[in-house]
Amino acid sequence: MSKKFMKVQRIEHGTVIDHILPGRAFDVLRVLGISTDRSMSILINSHSAKGGTKDILKIEDVELSDEEASRLALVSPHATVNIIVEGKVVKKFNAEAPVMVRGVLSCSNPNCISNQNEPIQSEFRLSLDSEHRYVCTYCQRDIVDLARRIRS
Amino acid sequence: MRHVISVQDFSAEEIIDILDRAETMVEIAKGNDVSEILKGKVLAAIFFEPSTRTRLSFETAMNRLGGGVIGFAGTEATSVVKGETLADTIRMVSGYADAVVLRHPREGAAKLATQFSDVPILNAGDGAGQHPTQTMLDLFTIRTELGRLEGLNISLVGDLRYGRTVHSLAIALAKFGNTINLVSPEGLEMPGEVISHLEDTGRFGKACHSPEEIIADTDMLYVTRIQKERFPDPVEYEKVAGMYRVDPELVSRGPEHMIILHPLPRVNEITPEVDALPQAKYFQQAFNAVPVRMALLSMVIGGQSNV
Ligand SMILES: [Zn+2]
Repeated sequence: MSKKFMKVQRIEHGTVIDHILPGRAFDVLRVLGISTDRSMSILINSHSAKGGTKDILKIEDVELSDEEASRLALVSPHATVNIIVEGKVVKKFNAEAPVMVRGVLSCSNPNCISNQNEPIQSEFRLSLDSEHRYVCTYCQRDIVDLARRIRS
Repeated sequence: MRHVISVQDFSAEEIIDILDRAETMVEIAKGNDVSEILKGKVLAAIFFEPSTRTRLSFETAMNRLGGGVIGFAGTEATSVVKGETLADTIRMVSGYADAVVLRHPREGAAKLATQFSDVPILNAGDGAGQHPTQTMLDLFTIRTELGRLEGLNISLVGDLRYGRTVHSLAIALAKFGNTINLVSPEGLEMPGEVISHLEDTGRFGKACHSPEEIIADTDMLYVTRIQKERFPDPVEYEKVAGMYRVDPELVSRGPEHMIILHPLPRVNEITPEVDALPQAKYFQQAFNAVPVRMALLSMVIGGQSNV
């Protein structure tokens, strides 16, 4: 127990994001627009009690909204979000992948009109099949390597 | 207001309506009948890359219905817009016209245009994306020449990877219940998402590398150009081009009722000797661009009632 305590400090106020896909913690920070100069703990490839590895983020003084949680699901579906107030978990939920994503991503097709200097927001739809694909509303192509298409 | 952006935006019934309407336009398109249903209306044809035959057929279609055409094309486009956004160009042009036909080198340009236009947008090709009016005139030609649009064996031949129109044509033909064979050189195969769509509809026939394998069973042979630039080795290109060339000998091995289409321009995918054969329908197909585009223009500008 004391070992665990040394590894990651508890937070009094803020958000703990657990079960992030291994290696995706920095992608999660990028998609949430949280800069690393904040006070936070980042665990990469932590051993999960269920087996396998996961990343964990403990961000102080940030309360993730539902909208932000759904953005996080873009890069790590099934992550769990714990909102901590005065050292207690006051809210816990799973990040759900949004059906529509506007402005957050840039299209991976370099010839897409949404990558030009036009007065529009990029827009992607979650495909109806189960493959967790996002399709560009403009060029109709699947977004490739999604984590790298997040606008910083 | 109805835009024409992608053939996938249209249901099978709506496509049939457009083809029916196009049929009523044939004599007007030939100049045998006179129509003024779009008298006083203006079409803006803005072409950011050259496509002479698409532009001319739209202009003819508008003129045959008594309307007028404004616009620009090719290098003129760059001087007209001088670095202006497409959004601003569309805002301006849509104020001058009752419909805008747009050709643009970037995918999704037509979709963007709909967000800034007060009038209907017709997509005349956006990059490697959609070209719905081409697909509709292909469907029109098949129905006119073969008498039906379903239950046919269709073979798509040539560059199926980069071919602009062949993806949406395959999807549309599958929607009408036709079986689709895919014949292409290695490396130029149909993209996976189109194939899985065909598989989902249960309309995927056969994929192979030689037209000889499917010709005996083909009702409609759709030939597309194989571009030299796709091959780093010119010797390899010549070899492949030779294998995919449609000549009278190949045609003689297909059924008599088979038709051959090609979106044109052709280079040497179909030898000139084929032109005289009854199966050759690609010039008829080129003419059909006019009645089909007349049908679409009258639909989006003139409303439904006044054909
Ligand atoms: Zn795109």
